[in-house]
Amino acid sequence: MKKTVLFGALTVTGLVAGVASAATLDDVKARGTLNCGVSTGLAGFSVPDANGVWKGFDVGVCRALAAAVLGDPMAVEFVPTTGQTRFTALASGEIDILARNTTWTFSRDVDLKFDFVGVNYYDGQGFMVPKALGVSSAKELDGATVCIQTGTTTELNLADFFRTNNISYEPVPIETNAEAQQQYLAGACDVYTTDASGLAATRATFENPGDHILLPEIISKEPLGPLVRHGDNEWADITRWTLNALIAAEELGVTSANVAELAAAPTDNPEINRLLGSEGELGAMLGLAPNWALNAIAAGGNYGELFEQNIGESTPIGLARGLNAKWTEGGLIYSPPFR
Amino acid sequence: MSDTNAKSVSYVRDTMLDEQTPPLAEVGVIKWVRENLFSGPLNTVLTIISLYVVYWIVSHIGPWLVNGIWDAGSLTECRAIRNATLGEGASAACFAVITERWPQLIFGFYPRDAYWRPVLALVVFLLGIAPILFDSLPRKMLVGTVATPFVMYMLLWGGSIWGPIVIGLGFIVGVFAFRFLAAINALLGTIGAILGPILFWLLLAGPLISVLNGATTIGLPFISSKEFGGFTLSVVIGISAIILSLPLGILLALGRQSDLPIIKYSAVVFIEVIRGVPLIVWLFTASLLLNYFLPPGTNFDLMLRVIIMVTLFSAAYIAEVVRGGLAALPKGQYEAADALGLDYWKSMRLIILPQALKISIPGIVNTFIGLFKDTTLVVFIGLLDPIGLAGAIRASTEWNGVYWELFLFIGIMFFIFCYSMGRYSQYLEKKLQREHR
Repeated sequence: MKKTVLFGALTVTGLVAGVASAATLDDVKARGTLNCGVSTGLAGFSVPDANGVWKGFDVGVCRALAAAVLGDPMAVEFVPTTGQTRFTALASGEIDILARNTTWTFSRDVDLKFDFVGVNYYDGQGFMVPKALGVSSAKELDGATVCIQTGTTTELNLADFFRTNNISYEPVPIETNAEAQQQYLAGACDVYTTDASGLAATRATFENPGDHILLPEIISKEPLGPLVRHGDNEWADITRWTLNALIAAEELGVTSANVAELAAAPTDNPEINRLLGSEGELGAMLGLAPNWALNAIAAGGNYGELFEQNIGESTPIGLARGLNAKWTEGGLIYSPPFR
Repeated sequence: MSDTNAKSVSYVRDTMLDEQTPPLAEVGVIKWVRENLFSGPLNTVLTIISLYVVYWIVSHIGPWLVNGIWDAGSLTECRAIRNATLGEGASAACFAVITERWPQLIFGFYPRDAYWRPVLALVVFLLGIAPILFDSLPRKMLVGTVATPFVMYMLLWGGSIWGPIVIGLGFIVGVFAFRFLAAINALLGTIGAILGPILFWLLLAGPLISVLNGATTIGLPFISSKEFGGFTLSVVIGISAIILSLPLGILLALGRQSDLPIIKYSAVVFIEVIRGVPLIVWLFTASLLLNYFLPPGTNFDLMLRVIIMVTLFSAAYIAEVVRGGLAALPKGQYEAADALGLDYWKSMRLIILPQALKISIPGIVNTFIGLFKDTTLVVFIGLLDPIGLAGAIRASTEWNGVYWELFLFIGIMFFIFCYSMGRYSQYLEKKLQREHR
């Protein structure tokens, strides 16, 4: 998620000139597959199933992109990346897009020379405590022992939060989320802090999820989104507008179920027509087929469908839309107009 | 005579006593227990403490293991089954995750209908290496051993059959070059044996492969390195590195002892640099730094890069182990070899190395076992070895929360591999023992 930027920065600065910005679109088309960097396994976001097929919310973005560019959502080569290897893999051209719930920060965007093409999940750091602790706000956590993943921005956020509120804590450093679950359940720490989505996913796996609560405070902004290399604006446009197409589709009521029907004949809504290619030349402007957005939406559904299938309230992870509701329902998910 | 005795002694026993059973405390289990476990106050206390520790471990882990649930679709189902059969909160392992995911832990993302290929490759490997490991087997099997690497490559990665065959031809070219040129001059032979194959691969191999491919295509479907994972990945990296690093390590050890300064100092620098830096750094170098040195767009297989790095790393260790063996030989052995008029390679091959390597066996096998376990470090560069896959499996919604079961399985698998290597080393040591016993 937010592993130290240092390693990435060190290696990426070695690449001053940057990899030759040959058109990624042409490379992908010539190769016939999209190389997509994902995490090595994060509940709900990118997970291989028993047959080795990758599934998840981040994976969905890559499949939509492959469908838009190549017409086949399965034409994706998933490259598992760790917190250390992800930025180099992207900068060196090993992958075409990194969809690994990476936080959009200034230094990553500017200094590491990447382009974040949007935000597919608004996250933030939260706290989980056992109900028995009798705490209802993070500000009451004075003197608590806190399980925290080392080398991440969550560690820094935590230090900031406790300092501003003038309370003390004792960190229990842990390496992975799985280890954190064990430590927290064994009572090695009173509090577990990480991204709120991760906390919810972790709590869902407990034997008695009801015994634990998430505190209301969210102490950091973690906008997670896919990113591509600097310098290939056409490719960045394609990825940005594929993501936007998924978001706009939800807003316009286009789903994987009705997309074929809506595209078959021009509808009353001109924006749907432009999006699905029955009106205007949007696909050609991107250098793609006119039905690019149709394919992207048909691949795994619109943004809302992807959310529901992978991390939504019907799944064991059970995340509410919250900030990630579309803007008309009080969330932040918003696409510029298709015209 | 007997009369005198009868008069002076009141009773004389004239038959032997029957054999009595020894006192209970002096035989069998009781004696062993008394002598080994309760021979004094200190040992008694230690025994009681140990017994308690053993009891504590068994009573905590035993039920968890015995109650293990092998058939369920997810952790939640596991818990439901446990609650139904054993009652709420009972301790029970959820081995169902192994039942469902073991093919993935073993084969990674390898296509399901091609699982026979790595299995057959392992069989081929074992058959190929058997004549090297056990000298009671017929020597003719060594012919198969030479072909083993190529057959294994064909099975694991597949593709056209001509690639490995033409690469193999290169070695044959080397052998013939040596045969012909060595007749003229030994040095010329060595140079020919090295340059011949290289020239063949650089100039002739490419066109030859494409011509043969054009003529007829025989082969298996190609499977890229990205599909490798789990134990297949560990074993392929481990075996390749083990087989490649032994000869390289021996050469380095000899190089370090060489009288020629260039060879000596190259070997010293290589060994010290490789050994002085942690393996994880070399793996990061392989996966991250090399990307920048290679021209953009070249796709130099990550797995191959890892194999090269692990090989170099373990070769440096092997070199030092072998150097230990070389140093342990009395100087007289070297001098005796020289006195016999043997040249350098002959004296090494016939006199020095057989003795030095025999001394080094425990160290060499120790390095190999360490190397095999070190393959799990590839998880940090995003290759999904068993540990990496355990993380990925745990990330699925069905199995999120499963912890020890996966590690137990992985641990047992690694133990089987490493323990067999250890046993073989002991067998070899016993067989080669020539000293006074």
